[in-house]
Amino acid sequence: MAAICTNNAFCSIILLVNNANACKIERMTLNSNRSPEAEYVLASENVSLRFGGIKALTDVSFRVRRGETYSIIGMNGAGKTSMLNCISGRYKPQEGEIIYLGKSLKGKSINSRAQLGIGRTFQNLALFGHMSVLDNIMVGRHHLLKNNFLTGSLYWFGARQEELRHRAKVEDIIDFLELQQVRHAQAGTLSYGLRKRVELARAIAIEPELILLDEPMAGMNLEEKEDMARYINDLNAELGMTVIMIEHDMGVVMDISDHVMVLDFGCKIAEGSPEEVMNNDKVKDAYLGKAEDIA
Amino acid sequence: MAVSNPRPCGDFRTDYAGDTRLFSDRTHTIGFFFLLALALAVPFVFDGYVVSLMILIGIYGIAALGLNILVGFTGQISLGHAAFFGFGAFSSAWLNTNTGIPVMITIPLAGVMTTAVGMIFGIPAARIKGLYLAIATLAAQFILEDFFARAEWFTGGSAGSLAEIPELFGFTFDSDQRYYYLVLFWVCVSFLLASNLMRSRDGRAFIAVRDHYLSAEVMGINLTKYRILSFGISSFFAGIGGALMGHYLGYVSAESFNILFSVLFLAMIIIGGLGSVAGTLLGTAFIVLLPQFMEFLVALLSGPMPFLIDVQPYIKEMAIGAAIIIFLIFEPDGLIHRWQLIRAYWRLYPFSY
Ligand SMILES: Nc1ncnc2c1ncn2[C@@H]1O[C@H](COP(=O)(O)OP(=O)(O)OP(=O)(O)O)[C@@H](O)[C@H]1O
Ligand SMILES: [Mg+2]
Repeated sequence: MAAICTNNAFCSIILLVNNANACKIERMTLNSNRSPEAEYVLASENVSLRFGGIKALTDVSFRVRRGETYSIIGMNGAGKTSMLNCISGRYKPQEGEIIYLGKSLKGKSINSRAQLGIGRTFQNLALFGHMSVLDNIMVGRHHLLKNNFLTGSLYWFGARQEELRHRAKVEDIIDFLELQQVRHAQAGTLSYGLRKRVELARAIAIEPELILLDEPMAGMNLEEKEDMARYINDLNAELGMTVIMIEHDMGVVMDISDHVMVLDFGCKIAEGSPEEVMNNDKVKDAYLGKAEDIA
Repeated sequence: MAVSNPRPCGDFRTDYAGDTRLFSDRTHTIGFFFLLALALAVPFVFDGYVVSLMILIGIYGIAALGLNILVGFTGQISLGHAAFFGFGAFSSAWLNTNTGIPVMITIPLAGVMTTAVGMIFGIPAARIKGLYLAIATLAAQFILEDFFARAEWFTGGSAGSLAEIPELFGFTFDSDQRYYYLVLFWVCVSFLLASNLMRSRDGRAFIAVRDHYLSAEVMGINLTKYRILSFGISSFFAGIGGALMGHYLGYVSAESFNILFSVLFLAMIIIGGLGSVAGTLLGTAFIVLLPQFMEFLVALLSGPMPFLIDVQPYIKEMAIGAAIIIFLIFEPDGLIHRWQLIRAYWRLYPFSY
């Protein structure tokens, strides 16, 4: 390059361009030098799970990028909930490992996973039915609160300030999910759609890095679904959370997912962008029956 | 528990603290201080008999409060609460006689000792629930009863042990009138501590464990810790109550802390309202006063029906049994629920909602 440099000004431009390129390359190498866990929040590595003779999951591997919405779809009984249960610790896979932020989750207790930054909602509603909506969401902040039975009992001398500070945070979540009207209502008395939303609020209150949503829109009407889809989008965009979602409504899945994985009888049969997955032959077979069956 | 508590007009909340107050509005606050004033006046207004009943309600109420935290709030079960109550009574007497620590201090210390024992017997709760846990706590009841009968160094064995009369700066609590204030003090402290607990982190964790332990765990709540802690806190209040009882009677005997007494504690919280701090006191008052009321009734009716005198003891016992059944069927949420309904009705009158 120096050979072409007959003109000083021209040369400096080239050098500048060169510098910029070097920078870019440097940054790129930096990126690829960083271990994959920096980019991937969660990786499932060859996870297999059996219940007696039933194979709920067989050799399932996938990776979830930071800040994306990753959907798991599949027929009833395909093993979707089992997969989430492996991540949240309810089930312990016989084989394989789940790597979260570069570390294996093996041996981590269920209750420690909230602190690690994993929050979730449940397919079958799992709210604290006799508590108010507010208190339900406050429970999500359990691991963030420091007060205990001693300082809590001496409320004014210990817990009050902290409780109120976290209450303000909970109020932000209530605003975000538009739950103002029901904040004092008893959770067990709410409509199905609202309860699902309170569950989401409770999971957000954990301030998780990774949030697992098990059929967040099941049983909702169109309007509620649209709202929920918007909230889930905001989880990524506004709160910077990584989302793993199980959902049966294909329209929603196609709209809001960055990547989709398809499970069929516990095996991963496809993975990719929503379009790729929809055009995948195996998926068409699994969902629509084999072409020759119909013909 | 699902009764709405409508706020009166003009009561607008302007900060989050307003939602967490112990007394949700002015009427509530005034009502509380009115009751407190009444309670303070009792020894001046009523005779010794009423005062002694009030002392019993206070002492049992403190212990029942502990049981309500365990059963009503955390959703566990204990058939051994009377044994923990007894352990508190013996502990305080033993500490005072053997170390010379004043009774005013041995009472809370007895609470702490009972906490430790309660947590040991609560360990099975980490693994088992429901009926199986009930049987495990029944074992605690019998083991402790046996311990009371045999451990002469601690309890005086079958002879029982003497409990000193408490004294504070030269003021001795040697009459019912005086002792009443000591009990009232501990009632206020206990119910305040429990109310505060229930509006802070660990109290919510207890309720979460009761309502849905699987999701509580996902929310970061350590189930084992909170199940055992609940036994500990429950036993703390049982210990305080027991200690107050021992020093009130001046004498602690092993036989009184039996399974029947444990069941009575359960009856108090079921009738008062499971999972209600204030309801506990209502239920305790009900159970303490019901036999007195039946006695009064028998005396009233014995004119035309003299045979009633002979069966009076049975009537007393049966009334408690019947009350439990009636409450379980018609008012499983307890007296406190009735009270909430009345309050809501009053606020909304003349509308029904
Ligand atoms: N605790 C369990 N004990 C025994 N078998 C189980 C258990 N949990 C799940 N399974 C089995 O594992 C398989 C996968 O179940 P899973 O709940 O993961 O399906 P899913 O994909 O979530 O289905 P759905 O869409 O109906 O929610 C099913 O055959 C189910 O019967
Ligand atoms: Mg499922």
